[in-house]
This record gives sequence, C-alpha cells and structure tokens, in this order.
Amino acid sequence: MPRPEDCCLSRAPSCKLIEKPSVMQDTGMQQETGNMDSTETSRPSAGDTAIDVVRVSKIFPGDPEVRALDDVSVAIRRNEFFTLLGPSGCGKTTLLRLIAGFEPPSMGSLRLRDKDISRLPPNRRPINTVFQNYALFPHMSVAQNIAFGLEMLGKPRDEIAATVDEMLKLVQMEALKNRRTSEISGGQQQRVALARALAPHPEVLLLDEPLSALDLKLRKEMQIELKRLQNETGITFIFVTHDQEEALTMSDRVAVMSAGKILQIGAPREIYEAPAERFVANFIGESNFLDAELAGDTVRLKAGGSFRVAVPDGVAAGPVSVLLRPEHASVRIGEPGPEELPVQIENVVYSGDATVAHLRLSTGEAVKARMPNAPGVAPLSSGAKGAAMGIAPGGITVLKD
Amino acid sequence: MAEPARPTRGYSVRTLPGFAIVALFTFVALYAPIAILVVFSFNAGTSLAIWEGFSLRWYVQAAQNEQVLDAGLRSLYLAGFSASIATVAATMAALATTRTRRFPGRTMIYALINQPLMVPEIVTAVALLIVFAAVKVWTGHTSMIYLIAAHTAFCVPFAYLPIRARLETMDNTLEVAARDLYAPPWKVFTRVTLPLMWPGIIAGLMLAFVISMDDVVITEFVKSAGQDTLPTYMLGQLRRVVTPEINAISTVILVVGAILVSLFFALTMRRR
Repeated sequence: MPRPEDCCLSRAPSCKLIEKPSVMQDTGMQQETGNMDSTETSRPSAGDTAIDVVRVSKIFPGDPEVRALDDVSVAIRRNEFFTLLGPSGCGKTTLLRLIAGFEPPSMGSLRLRDKDISRLPPNRRPINTVFQNYALFPHMSVAQNIAFGLEMLGKPRDEIAATVDEMLKLVQMEALKNRRTSEISGGQQQRVALARALAPHPEVLLLDEPLSALDLKLRKEMQIELKRLQNETGITFIFVTHDQEEALTMSDRVAVMSAGKILQIGAPREIYEAPAERFVANFIGESNFLDAELAGDTVRLKAGGSFRVAVPDGVAAGPVSVLLRPEHASVRIGEPGPEELPVQIENVVYSGDATVAHLRLSTGEAVKARMPNAPGVAPLSSGAKGAAMGIAPGGITVLKD
Repeated sequence: MAEPARPTRGYSVRTLPGFAIVALFTFVALYAPIAILVVFSFNAGTSLAIWEGFSLRWYVQAAQNEQVLDAGLRSLYLAGFSASIATVAATMAALATTRTRRFPGRTMIYALINQPLMVPEIVTAVALLIVFAAVKVWTGHTSMIYLIAAHTAFCVPFAYLPIRARLETMDNTLEVAARDLYAPPWKVFTRVTLPLMWPGIIAGLMLAFVISMDDVVITEFVKSAGQDTLPTYMLGQLRRVVTPEINAISTVILVVGAILVSLFFALTMRRR
C-alpha cells in the first residue's frame, strides 16, 4: 500500500478539488495564534501531523465524576485514514467531539498543524463532522445542505454553485439535488452528509460511526466509497467505530481505546497480528488465550509444546499468557506428532467457507480452531477422541499482561 | 373463516361498555348549541327560539352597528398587539428553558411562566383591577396600554407551550452541525433554529391571538370607559334585549377562528 503522502502527490490533479480553505484567516484565528507561525517554520516535521492530541483528559462532573478521557496522546498524520476503535463508552466519541470543538478538554491541548486549537469554537476550526444521525437540515434541499458551510465561509455565489455540483458528483447524488432530505433514503442521506462535510474542504474530516445505521450490504459499499473519497480528496479522516472489521478494512492506522485510554496505535495488520494487550487481542478478531511459561525467546505452553516467539518489550521470563488466533490452529484425527498437542474435539460447527472446531486441551483450556473448507475433505466428527491440534508457525503471540 | 388480521393492542377503547354513547353525547353537547346559534343567526324574526324564515338582516344590522364595529376593531388591535408581544417573549422563554444547561430553579421558572394557567382568572382580574385603578388615578392616563399589558401577560403561557413543544422535538445536533459548518451563534439561530421552530411560533401566535380575542373576565375588569372589546360588548348586550344580532356576531367570530386554525394547519403541513 502506498504511503498516504505518495498517494496525494500522485493524485495531485484530483487533490485540487477545491482550493485550500482559508477558514483560519477568514475567522481571525491569525491574531490569536500569530506567535505560533515562528514555531512552525522552525519545526519542519510539524507538516506531517494534522492533529496532535497532547495529554488530553476529559472529566464530566457529576456524582461520581466520569473520566471519559484519561491522559490521551496521539498524533494523527496528514492524509491519513485514522480510526478510533473501541467498545461503547471507551471515550472514542468524546475524543472526536473534543477535536471538533463541541467540548473543551479538561486538561491537555489539541493542536492542528502545530496551532493550539483547544479553545477555538467549532465554527472557527477547519474541521468538519459527519454525524452518526447525519444531522441534515430538514428545512433545506440536498443542494442547500451541501452549500451551507460554504455560505457561512462567505464564498462567492458562483464558487458555491460549482463546489456543490462537484460534491454532488463526487457522492453520485446529482439527480437528487433539489430533493428534501426527508425524501431520500438512509444511504442517500449518508452521502449528502458526507458531501456537506467535505464541501468546505476541511483539513480534517471527523466521522462518528456514520455507517452504523446502514444495512450490511450498503455498509460494505460505503466502506469502499469512504476509502475512495479519502484518497481523492487527500483530507485527513478520523473515523470512530466499534466495528473491528470496519476499522481493519478501511484504516491506515487504528487506535484501540478502552476506559478512556488508548491501548495501542498501529496499522491494522500490527493491531491484529501483534496486539499489545489482552484487551486488544480480545476486542479485535477471535482469540484463544493460553497459559504458558516464557524462557528466553521460547514459550512452553502449559498444555505442551514449545514455540519460538518475538518477545515484546517489558515482558519478563516466567508465566505469561499467549494469544492463538483460531485460524492459526488446526485439528486432525490421529496421534499427536512433535509440535502438536493432544486435544478432545467437543463440537464442530460448519459455517460454509470454514469449519470451527471447539477443542479442549489436556489442561482443560478451551480452544477454537478455524479451518478453511476444502472440497472433498471428510468432515470432522464431534466427540472424537485422540485428535491432534497443530499450530501454524508464528501463530503464538506473547501478550504483555 | 378468514378473520381479518388486526395488530394486537394492549386493549381497545372501543370495546369498553358505553363508549359509543358517551362519545356521541359529548359531540352533541359540544356542537349542537353552536349549530343552533349559527342557524338562528339567519332567522328573519327577532326570536332566538322560533324560526321565521331565512334572512341576512342581523348580519347587515351588525355590520352597520357603530358599537359593534368599534369593539370588533379594538379586539383585533388588542389581540394583534398582545399576541405578538407575548409570542416574542414566549419564544425567548422557550429558548431559555430548553436550550441552556439545566440550572437551579429551572422548574421554578417553568412554573412561573405557566402561572396564568393555574391561577383562577377572576383572581388575576381583581388583582389587576386594584393595581391599575390606582395607577390610573395616580397618572391620569387611561389608554389601551393597560389592556395590552394584561392581555400580553396572560397570553404568554399559551404562546409558550407550543413553541416549547416544538423546540423539544427538534434535534439539538442540527445546531451543533451548523456550528461545525462555520456558522457563528447568531447565524445558527437565524438559519437553523428559527426556521425549524417557525411552525411552533405560528401556532403560539395564533393560540395567543384567539385567547386574547376571547377574553371577557380580565378585559371587563381592566378596561376603561369606552374600551369595549367584542366579547365585553356582547356581554353588555345580553343584559338588555337579546336579538339574533348576537348570533350573527358570534358566527363571524367562529368563522374567523376556523379560518385561522385551517390556515395554521395548511402552513405547518406544507413545511413538513
């Protein structure tokens, strides 16, 4: 996959969909942040970062008070498709609202391209949001909705008309231009919400679980569509979701959050294959956790078998828990060979493309093995005694906790 | 034996014993007297009970009655002014009680705004009579200002309720979205909040207008000499000789009210 920067360079013609916004100047942000300009020139690396979240906490008063974000730091790069992933209540939407400016941080600061925006109201941040319920203006037509941000920026009339047409084309909604927003389907409303947020060409686009209201097929289409829009516009996307599959398929990088903290930031592959913590492993994909003993770069499973592993920093020799993804385990009937573990097959579930076998190790630990179905292979039978579980090379990952 | 498929409900009010009779009786009680009133406004004779043939003479007489015209215009003028001021105040009150963070005493303020709905009108009327009589003596000023002030005051809750109801069903995210799309606060209000609450404001205005037009008790106590409104004029007439002229005036008021209500429905339906 090309780096996001390359991608924008190679797509330079389409990047220039609209000229760069002049929100910051227009709204008099200059005077407040005038002293920042010198910092920017002296630190050229700042150009790579779109949003810098620096040690941000958000505490909602009450009894008891809620610490929605707890000392969160993350640098989101320019032109990146960045996803905040976590279960509901983990703080991902709060972080998004802080970046948009709907809530002030209790502690810490937010920087946009090295300018402190923590105290700027949302209408003075060159950041737009696609809301979970779309929040389209019901008293305006599709085109009027898309034009709204541009009008508020005081763009000339003909430029607004041109940009609106361009946006309608971008989201393939030209035909419904003059419809009321109540007269179009959910998927179409979704597109209008996107077009409305993209029209002012913000530096950062925030997306708050925008696909959650769509049915599965439409959601898959929109995932591809969003990725395309991000490529074509060269805008930094920050996407919030609780759907791990969505996060893995769309993102350049993912931040996994839990209880107001970011547990791990990395490319989808890193997050999936080398989760730092048990929570991350458990939240993303299916997992088996096994007890083991670490010595040097070798783990010995309680249930038998020794495996070479990459040892993450900060893990000491001794008892550890390891992760085994179901697709990295397999089972066959017969005596276990070397490197294989004796297991009992408790249950076998056929799911079309794959078969999932629920196994029990000699230690009593339950393990799921997921094997792709090949034509003409005899099915496993439940309850069979004397089976052997194999583990793919590199299939064992040591977890921090 | 194809039983027509019906959705299951908790219960059906229509199967309650006597429901149809109660409903029928209620409708008759509500509308029969009004129907009779309208019919006898077209009576050729002077009786309110004996039909003597069709005629428009009472309408013609009412239209030529200086006192009726004078009172009618005063009612319109009073209701127009009071309802407008009350609606502006009610709009601000509704915004303040729905668009701000919960503050201590919000429920108290809510109760205070709706006070005229709870306090018996006669009590308010007597209170106003005492205060305004003193002010009139003291200042020597006896213009319509007292009536406008009194009507505005008791119209506020009637304007407030539909506006507040409208604001409560409005999605707050819309205002946040407008803010996100570079609208400064006052643009959020003029471009998003106000257009969306408009049907509520119109409803509030019309309700306040009708309530003001209709008021007898407070007006009777507060008015100075020569400040009869249509309802107080009619009340005065009832003490003397009653002719179908009263029916004709009432029918006109009824028709105007019906037109206002239909206009309101037409307006709000179109905005949906």
